[in-house]
Amino acid sequence: MGQNGRMAAETDRGTDLLVADLEAAIGSERVAVGGGARRLYSRDSSIIAGGRAGPVCFAESTDDVAACVRVATAHGRAFVARGAGTGLSGGAVPCNEPVVIVTTRMNRILEVDLDRRLAWVEPWVVNLDLTRHLAGSGLHFAPDPSSQQACTIGGNVANNSGGPHCLAYGVTSAHVVALEVVLPDGSVVVLGDELCDATGYDLRGVFVGSEGTFGIATRIAVRLTPDPPAVRTLLLDFMDIADAAETVSAIIAAGVVPAAMEMMDQGVVAAVEPFVGAGYPLDAAAVLIVELDGLPAGVSLEVDLVAEMGRAHGARTVRVAADEEERARIWKGRKNAFGAIAHIKPGYYLHDTVVPRTRLAEVVAEINEAVERLDLIVMHVFHAGDGNLHPLLVFDPREPGVMDRVAAAGEEIVRISLAAGGVLSGEHGIGLEKRRFMPMLFTPADLAAQLRLRRAFDTQGLANPLKILPTSASCGDVMGLGTVPEGVWT
Amino acid sequence: MERFRDEVGADGAVCVRGGGTRWTLGMSPYVEADEGPEVRVVTAPQGIQKHDPAEMTVMVGAGTALTDLAAALSLHGQEVALEGPPGSTVGGTLAVGHSSVRRPRIGAARDTLLQAECVGADGALFKAGGPTVKNVTGYDLCRLLVGSLGTLALLGRVILRTRPVPEQTIWMTGGLLPSDVLAACYRPAGVLWDGTSTFVRLEGYSSDVRDEAQSLALLGLSGVDGPPSLPMHRDRWRGTLPAGGVLEVSTGVLHRPDPAPAAPVAPAVRALADRVRAGFDPRGRLNPGRDPYLVTA
Repeated sequence: MGQNGRMAAETDRGTDLLVADLEAAIGSERVAVGGGARRLYSRDSSIIAGGRAGPVCFAESTDDVAACVRVATAHGRAFVARGAGTGLSGGAVPCNEPVVIVTTRMNRILEVDLDRRLAWVEPWVVNLDLTRHLAGSGLHFAPDPSSQQACTIGGNVANNSGGPHCLAYGVTSAHVVALEVVLPDGSVVVLGDELCDATGYDLRGVFVGSEGTFGIATRIAVRLTPDPPAVRTLLLDFMDIADAAETVSAIIAAGVVPAAMEMMDQGVVAAVEPFVGAGYPLDAAAVLIVELDGLPAGVSLEVDLVAEMGRAHGARTVRVAADEEERARIWKGRKNAFGAIAHIKPGYYLHDTVVPRTRLAEVVAEINEAVERLDLIVMHVFHAGDGNLHPLLVFDPREPGVMDRVAAAGEEIVRISLAAGGVLSGEHGIGLEKRRFMPMLFTPADLAAQLRLRRAFDTQGLANPLKILPTSASCGDVMGLGTVPEGVWT
Repeated sequence: MERFRDEVGADGAVCVRGGGTRWTLGMSPYVEADEGPEVRVVTAPQGIQKHDPAEMTVMVGAGTALTDLAAALSLHGQEVALEGPPGSTVGGTLAVGHSSVRRPRIGAARDTLLQAECVGADGALFKAGGPTVKNVTGYDLCRLLVGSLGTLALLGRVILRTRPVPEQTIWMTGGLLPSDVLAACYRPAGVLWDGTSTFVRLEGYSSDVRDEAQSLALLGLSGVDGPPSLPMHRDRWRGTLPAGGVLEVSTGVLHRPDPAPAAPVAPAVRALADRVRAGFDPRGRLNPGRDPYLVTA
């Protein structure tokens, strides 16, 4: 690969020296500078186009990652880690032609300690593969983004990823106890402690969700969660989305915290049902999936309580999955919603904001109105239990001018969510997609505090530059045309 | 908040005092010996601003006593995952960062803080985190503030995650090994071991607690009023139980009668921590003499 790369016309003298040092560090066969590799790694699953990758390095160990980071920064070159590329906010889009450090070959489950309910994994272990590996042990890895068949645990750490079951179990940060990290100066440190809270500042806690701007995680210790003895899944449907939203608030206010509480509106149901045959009623304005888990007696109490709450708030039918097969079918519709939507229009853009859950209904109505004014289609499938909205804009990118309207609709979604007391992102992260909105939520003093932390980790400003915090510099094209591969959404 | 900001000001060494229940924690010997710089003592605002049960959040002044907060939340059947000795405040408990022995069930102290309005070393207000229960907007500064002993910023007003109070709570004890107790229960709220007996806290719906208590009774455990009294010093588990020690089995926190020194910190981690502190407080005016790396666990 290295030799092919040298023939690439666009490499200049500075890059040649950089590439030579990278090749000396990890071997020429593991450094690619050809147009193919660089194009492949110029995008992630976001709609952001226009990134430009520098040399692409295939790391196999912590030492490789550290060596690549040292070489890159010695040349004054930025670096970015690359996992599965399923991110939706452009966090992995390369800015400033960085050295791209691909962790694909760091995909081993290093150690599973069932007694201590702990596993050490390399960053490219796919989320679902860890849980599959644990099958039969009575334990699982709790964070479950909808992209869990494709996304990696390293990426989950970078984005502090969520998923439906984070309502009861917490997001990735609550499940990562320690991290081996290559810092931007090339040093290797362990943050956190696999046994108990580490002494001193919670540097583990701030690393999780730092989107590659604080360094690269090379080994990750995750907490494993016991499988619940009993699980029941309910499907409720409503003729008015406001009734569904009120049911969600009533359940929480009654002191029940379900394992998951997911809502889909009529548009999504209409797209999904023909594929999955989950039994979602096509004429309902909203369906609500509520999953309850725990010990059998308590779960059965909660099933009754949720059913009662639903009926009191106008649920038309309340269906309790009779067996595992029915339960799997109900979830299959939810988890495949985005793939199904691709059949309505060729392009779509999935948003991610959080609002107070008591304001879900009014926010959804306002978003629908604003998007309709822009002559676009929007539908909703989201984590209702924690107020995490995922408005999905559906469009045909070949239509002239449509991307301007999509961008305008995105801004409206952000504006409406913030006006309701919400935040910019619940699980996708800020990346390049939302950094321009940061001043809408944070004052200059708030942002200065965040920048102080970043500078402590990354003194030279070379770790995944331009992400998260707003700057005047630009990278990528937020308006870029993009469709997203099936099955990579959260 | 403005009053608190003005009290902190932009100059001079300043420390914030909550309940003073763990006042020497992480304190350098020179400060304990009263040889440090002249330090002004400030207190954070008190009072519960807004409890929103359906959001499972509460906004509260950092100077509020934990007992006052608990009383207000209990009116709606809720609580927060913060615990401290009598007299502890919300802000003090967050600054210390110790989690409850119920952590396996209710979560860590650091996962409780959703938003913090703070006064920085420059005397200006800033906000970390956000008001919603789920949020990945920007860096997770709240994690950094919990356990920082007020060395990065002073907590003024916070939004905390609340949770339902369990319907029933019991403690049981017996000679069974902790690992066997853990294998016999689903997510017990806490498991303690004093070298001879295991103590387990069960909480949740009455029916669930009753069912698990029955299985544990068959294994020889019996009901007890509460946990053993925890000795005053904290340490991390190092493989052996010292005399008089009590181990929190799932979290690795060891309570012991005699103090133990903090584990050494890797130089690169220490250097990073020093850069963080210098970044937030370049003149070293916030809680001088205190160092989170002197706290053993």
